[in-house]
Amino acid sequence: MRGATAARTVVAPIVLGIAALALWQLVVVVFDVKPFVIPSPLAIGTAFGQTPDTILASALLTGWNALVGLMLGSIVGILFAVLAALVRVVDQITAPLVAGLAVVPIVALAPVFYTMFGANAQTARQLVAAIAVFIPVFLNTLRGLRQVRPVHRDLMKAYAASPWQATRTVTLPVALPYVFTGFRIASSLAVISALVAEYFGGPIDGVGRAITSAVSSSNYALAWAYVGGAILLGLAFYCVTLALEILANRHRGHA
Amino acid sequence: MTDLPSTGSAPIGAPAVSVTGVDKTFSTRSGTVTALQDIDLTVAPGEFVSLIGPSGCGKSTLLRLIADLDSPTTGAVSVFGKTPRQARIDQEYGIAFQQAGLLPWRTVRANVELPLELHGAGRAERAARVTELLELVGLADFGGSYPDQLSGGMQQRVAIARAIAESPRLLLMDEPFGALDEMTRERMQTELVRICAETGAAVVFVTHSIPEAVFLSNRVVVMSPRPGRIRDILDVDLGRAGERGDALREDEHFFASVSAVRELLHGEQAARGAVRGVENR
Repeated sequence: MRGATAARTVVAPIVLGIAALALWQLVVVVFDVKPFVIPSPLAIGTAFGQTPDTILASALLTGWNALVGLMLGSIVGILFAVLAALVRVVDQITAPLVAGLAVVPIVALAPVFYTMFGANAQTARQLVAAIAVFIPVFLNTLRGLRQVRPVHRDLMKAYAASPWQATRTVTLPVALPYVFTGFRIASSLAVISALVAEYFGGPIDGVGRAITSAVSSSNYALAWAYVGGAILLGLAFYCVTLALEILANRHRGHA
Repeated sequence: MTDLPSTGSAPIGAPAVSVTGVDKTFSTRSGTVTALQDIDLTVAPGEFVSLIGPSGCGKSTLLRLIADLDSPTTGAVSVFGKTPRQARIDQEYGIAFQQAGLLPWRTVRANVELPLELHGAGRAERAARVTELLELVGLADFGGSYPDQLSGGMQQRVAIARAIAESPRLLLMDEPFGALDEMTRERMQTELVRICAETGAAVVFVTHSIPEAVFLSNRVVVMSPRPGRIRDILDVDLGRAGERGDALREDEHFFASVSAVRELLHGEQAARGAVRGVENR
């Protein structure tokens, strides 16, 4: 029975996906849909197959920008969350700032950053990703740091544990799964922000730039192939951070 | 008062716990609530004392005062002749709560080891002691398990092993078996009696089960609510801890004591209505 369910959960989506692609191909061929509306999956696949190295290189560059942004935004987010958890004033000051930052359309800052850091550097893209990452990591970490159960707080007091001992043995381990939830949410944001920031200028590389230049040279199948590359990149970020989150959540039942 | 462990030993003959003239009030939005009023209680070294009463009688609050997790509004508490704060810093007591309060990301061994680790015991010493403790609570085969892999009763046994890890002379227990089913509960009671006989620790035990209090205790302190007061203290003494077994539950002295505690608890029933939160089973 278990084998059958596993097969159904794995096989069913694959079958559905193939069926959808086949239908798409059929519609494009039968109704003679023009490539600028939508190219056929076979044409996209061919475009992908012709230049896999270029697509991979662009995806890696955008991925690197997203990763730098993810790291930078996470470090700053965690540091501020720890400060806010420890010092009440910091919490009161940062709360409205973070709320304000959360409603700013962050990619809109990209053109300004390109002027600030120079149009030949990747800094602006990495910074846009970092700001997008900062918010979910900060909020989740702060929430995690406040999840210590009263019984554990009492226990640490009963053991006359020092503040540092209590932090190390209870507060940080409790917060850890929340930090990883923040990473998982932030990872998609990092990829999206780094990619969309490329639309607004900067060096002529990365998946975002490749998509715009392929469209402007009327190579629609190639543009879609780059979109496929972007999807794979986002999936990779999501899957890795999801695996880390699941790992951090082992043995977290209440006891 | 300092944060350093005191070097001098407790005064000779000092009681394990001494509570004199203690009041405890809490300020809430709707005014002050008197949780405890005029509490006097002495627990001798090695004595097992239960606090019993309906919800809101302040029995858990009293335990928290002894543990220095809260401080009294007026009056004085001393533990082995020291202030509760000093006794806590010197680790004079072990404590167990209604929730096992294990750290779910640590194995059973690492949970039992926690107090030893916090207080700087060496690795070899810790390992030896944990093996001994797991043997004592009958969990020798579960050292590598995680708390979420254990039943509620087993988790509570881990918590008890943790509480007695440093061989404290005083054990404070706040309804440790409250969340367990009746059969597990009786088995845990028998085990606790055995463990106390082996360690010789004094115990202050909060419960709202009458048979549990009678089975375990040398004395049962009956409390009444609003404000929390000690209504009466009943000597039970059903024999030395080592001699108490399950046969005792069928003994007529046991039933007589259960009835006596029940009558004390329900003393003001006519005036106050039914006593809530007390299990009569």
